[in-house]
Amino acid sequence: MNVRDLAEKLELTAFALPDADRTAEGVYIGDLLSWVMGRAQSGQVWITIMSNINVIAVASLSDVACVVLAEGVTVEESILEAANQRGINLLGSNKPAYEIALELSRFV
Amino acid sequence: MNDERLGFHFDVDGTNFTSAGQASVEVKKNLRQIGISPEIIRKVSIAMYEGEINMVIHAGGGTADVYVSENCVEIVLRDEGPGIANVDLAMQEGFSTAPDNIRSLGFGAGMGLPNMKRYTDEMKIETQLGKGTCITMRVFF
Repeated sequence: MNVRDLAEKLELTAFALPDADRTAEGVYIGDLLSWVMGRAQSGQVWITIMSNINVIAVASLSDVACVVLAEGVTVEESILEAANQRGINLLGSNKPAYEIALELSRFV
Repeated sequence: MNDERLGFHFDVDGTNFTSAGQASVEVKKNLRQIGISPEIIRKVSIAMYEGEINMVIHAGGGTADVYVSENCVEIVLRDEGPGIANVDLAMQEGFSTAPDNIRSLGFGAGMGLPNMKRYTDEMKIETQLGKGTCITMRVFF
C-alpha cells in the first residue's frame, strides 16, 4: 500500500508527504538511530519517538518508505523543511508504537 | 590507477551536530547518479554517516573523502581529535564515551565503529592520542 493511502487508513497526521506514492512494506520500530540505520530495511515504515533532525538523515540513508512519529511527538518547522527537501514522508500519531504497528499489520 | 579515481571531498562541521549527515546524503545522491547499485550505496552511506557522527561527537569535525574506482568505493575519514585510546574496546558494540546530551539525540550507543566495520569489507583505523584519527574503509563491488 502506498504511503498516502496508509496515512488515510490509519488517520495519521501528514507532517510532510513529498513522496506519497511510495509503497510501504513491513515495519521497523526503534529510537536508537545507529541501530535503526543498521537494521531497518528499504521500503519499511519506521516508527519512532525521536524527532530531531538526524531522523531525516537516518530515514534517507536507510531508505525507509516513511517515518511515523508515535505518542503525539511534534516536529519543528526546520525538520519539516528537511523532510520535504530530502523526499522523506513524515507522519504522526498520538498512539504508542505498538498500537500503530498493530494497525499497520493489516495493510503492509 | 589512483589518479583516475572519481572523488568527492567534504568538510564535516564539528560545531553543528544537527547538520551531521549532510555529506553522507550527498554521497548517496552522487553514487546513485553514477549508477552504483543500491546495496553498495546503502553500505557506503551508512558507514560514512556513522563516521561523520563520530567526528562531530568526539573530534570537532574533520574531512571525508570518497573515491570510486573500478572495483570498490573507498571512504577516508580524517580528524584532528583526541585519538582513540583503546581501539579494541571502541570496536565492541555498546562501548561508548559519548556524553549524555548525544545519547538523548539517539546516538552514543556504542554502535558507530561496529556498524562501520559491519557495513564495509575492509576497515583500517590509524589513530594517535592527541593527534587525531584516520579511518579508511572499502566496499567492493
